[in-house]
Amino acid sequence: MQIHPILAALRRHRLATLLIAMEVALACAVLCNACFMIANRIALMHVESGVDETSLATVQLTGYEDSHAVDLNARVLSGLRSIPGMQSVTVLNSIPFGARRGTAGITLDAAAQHFGGVVEFYVGGPGSLQALGVHVIAGRGPQADDFQAFTGLMPSDASVQITHSLAEHLWPGVDPLGKEFWLDKMHYRVVGVIDHLVRPDPPGWPENSKDWSIFVPAQPGKLLAGSYLLRADPRDVPRVLRDARAMIAKVAPDAVFDQEGSQTLSDLRATCFRQDRAMAGILVGVIVALLLVTALGIVGLASFWVQQRRRQIGIRRAIGATRGDILRYFQTENFLIVSFGIALGMVLAFALNVMLMKFYELPHLPLYYLPIGALVLWALGQLAVLGPALRAAAVPPVVATRSV
Amino acid sequence: MFGYYLDLAVRSLKRNKVLTALMVIAIAVGIGASMTTLTVMHLLSGDPLPSKSGVLFYPQVDADPTTDFSHKDPVDVMDYHSAVDLWAAHRADRQALIVDSQLKVRAPETSLPPLMEMMLSTTSDFFPMFDVPFQYGSSWQPQDDEKHARVAVISADLNDKLFGGANSVGRTLQLRDTDVRIVGVLKPWRPSPQFYMVAGGRFAHGQTADFYSKPEDVFTPFTSGLEINDGNFWQFTCWHMPDKPGHLQDAPCEWIRLWVELNGAAKVADYRRFVAGYAEQQKALGRITHAENTRLRSLMQWLDYNGVVPSDVRLQTWLAFAFLAICLFNTVGLLLAKFLRRSGEIGVRRALGASRAAVFAQCLVEAGMIGLLGGIGGWLLTLAGLWLVRRQPAVYADMAHLDVSMFLVTFALAIATSLLAGLLPALRACQLAPGLQLKTL
Repeated sequence: MQIHPILAALRRHRLATLLIAMEVALACAVLCNACFMIANRIALMHVESGVDETSLATVQLTGYEDSHAVDLNARVLSGLRSIPGMQSVTVLNSIPFGARRGTAGITLDAAAQHFGGVVEFYVGGPGSLQALGVHVIAGRGPQADDFQAFTGLMPSDASVQITHSLAEHLWPGVDPLGKEFWLDKMHYRVVGVIDHLVRPDPPGWPENSKDWSIFVPAQPGKLLAGSYLLRADPRDVPRVLRDARAMIAKVAPDAVFDQEGSQTLSDLRATCFRQDRAMAGILVGVIVALLLVTALGIVGLASFWVQQRRRQIGIRRAIGATRGDILRYFQTENFLIVSFGIALGMVLAFALNVMLMKFYELPHLPLYYLPIGALVLWALGQLAVLGPALRAAAVPPVVATRSV
Repeated sequence: MFGYYLDLAVRSLKRNKVLTALMVIAIAVGIGASMTTLTVMHLLSGDPLPSKSGVLFYPQVDADPTTDFSHKDPVDVMDYHSAVDLWAAHRADRQALIVDSQLKVRAPETSLPPLMEMMLSTTSDFFPMFDVPFQYGSSWQPQDDEKHARVAVISADLNDKLFGGANSVGRTLQLRDTDVRIVGVLKPWRPSPQFYMVAGGRFAHGQTADFYSKPEDVFTPFTSGLEINDGNFWQFTCWHMPDKPGHLQDAPCEWIRLWVELNGAAKVADYRRFVAGYAEQQKALGRITHAENTRLRSLMQWLDYNGVVPSDVRLQTWLAFAFLAICLFNTVGLLLAKFLRRSGEIGVRRALGASRAAVFAQCLVEAGMIGLLGGIGGWLLTLAGLWLVRRQPAVYADMAHLDVSMFLVTFALAIATSLLAGLLPALRACQLAPGLQLKTL
């Protein structure tokens, strides 16, 4: 296949060639970045929670008086624990992907000079950390005498477990066991490290801080009530939650059952990321529409060129070119135009990524997206040009002998 | 002449239906996508109170005495003392204190189960200041604020839920365990965004969809609300732990918003001086340390500062316009093919005396015609797109409708796009040398 005559022909159609190439370039830039954003959203949606989501559900109660809280806890715990199939019911203030009740900034010294970061305090009653199913990778879990009564918003001096990523952030490269930190005047000591425990609201936090959680053991009471963690066999969880709703109506008619907040953890996770899922869906829609429009553009212009060159095709056929030669001519021509577009598109994709990074906290576009985008567009171009090229190959040699 | 061009355009479009359809579809899809996102953008970035946004201001004082955090900007809301002092001075034309909290609501005369609703505790100026529309009754009076009166205004939604939409003025509502008398029922009211509650946007990482929530369902006088729901008020932030969580009147916490209405630039300057003076005076008293850190932003400046439009929505708009650009290139290519295919015809017209301008105009009329058809398709696709948006799980989804102005913009954008697309091909077409074309006939 000689490329020279194709280039010569394209030079005569500079404007149309440039237009298709520009279209391919823009498509390439948007395609690469949109795919990258989809991958990012999917990665976000699959954030590691560190807990046994499939075995867990939560019941959230509101509308009761603080003075009734202790009594309410007792009624609810005994009521829910009597449900068949329930493995454990514990009190926990915040729930992964659900209620958020313990976000606060900590300091690394009593004088509050060294700010540590904004973290999530999971304050839970006996058994709640085990019920979550997190893994303690260093030190120890909470012991019976760690669970103290509230002295304010929380127990004011406690032995706590913190996540590995928070430990790395607060004391990089140092053994965190035995380290101390403060929340205003309240003082905490690290006795255990857990591998993962996600914040209740991971979408709102930068990538490196989604896992900054602290577990504070505490005795349920006035300010630790109304938020329950239910654990059951994964197959029983939906049924157990339904039974729990009926049980609450019986044992706690004075409280309001929070329908939206009381869900299985799997459902809470789905709700938590629905915006990201919707956005990923929109991006997929954009990509499909984009490829379709680009393909239509190529079909339209290729058809026009085939019709315009009918006589020339006829002449070539008459002087010995095979149908395959004609087919390959148009395929090669398309390949050249698309390649030119892709070359331009890579630069555009990179520029677009730099812009997105500036406004949307996106990471760098990994380079392997570029060849993938190129392959997709080459395939699309060949597919789009196939119809018009076959029509061109079908032009009979006798056309050459007609005047128009 | 225009009529003749239209006739020519219709004939030409009919001649190659496939190519015409391709162009119309490309424009329609591009317009549909960009108008859907543009409508959402228009809805979210608009002025929530066009008649008054210029005279509404949001004063801020930095009461946090600690020095370990950045004091570049004061915290987004105020502590009880600063907010109430500024309010009580009554130096603005109107002023409203605002705090929200959740509480249990029942209608004792009905058998409905209790509901958990958001209650907004505010002062009587709130309603006239924000042009809140009333269906029945009216706001409470300023003396009700002073008397801690047990009265309430409820939303149209709650009135429908509890009283079937009937006039419920004078009836009783049980808030937690306090009976209040309903004095007013609002008309459906849905400002976009819920501007008076906006705060903390700079910490939201672009996830600001919640700023478009529905207004609260129960409104009570500020003083009464603090008593009725005592123990259930949550801080925006605290610089020290509050002694009694949920009761923040004397706590080192920021949790109250203040809005003021100032008619005229002189009053704004006066009020700015007043706020600065207040901060200086409090510094002299030793209550605050960052006296220079005061702000008085207008409503739109405040929304802007908080970056209220969610970053996903902005991203969608950019995507849609990139897509429209691709559709534009596509249409340019197809129009070029279409016009140049008719080189012979154009050559004859030129030879018979048509000027270049006439050929140019004829080509543009044809392009505009495609734009009009694409606009109709784009309008239908926009309606479909907005229907999809309404099914999205966003809090603003229920507001996504096409209004008259956006309907007109749809067609304007479609025709502008097609004319832009037609410009280059039309220029090419009118530059054809007639002699050369005639020879090939």
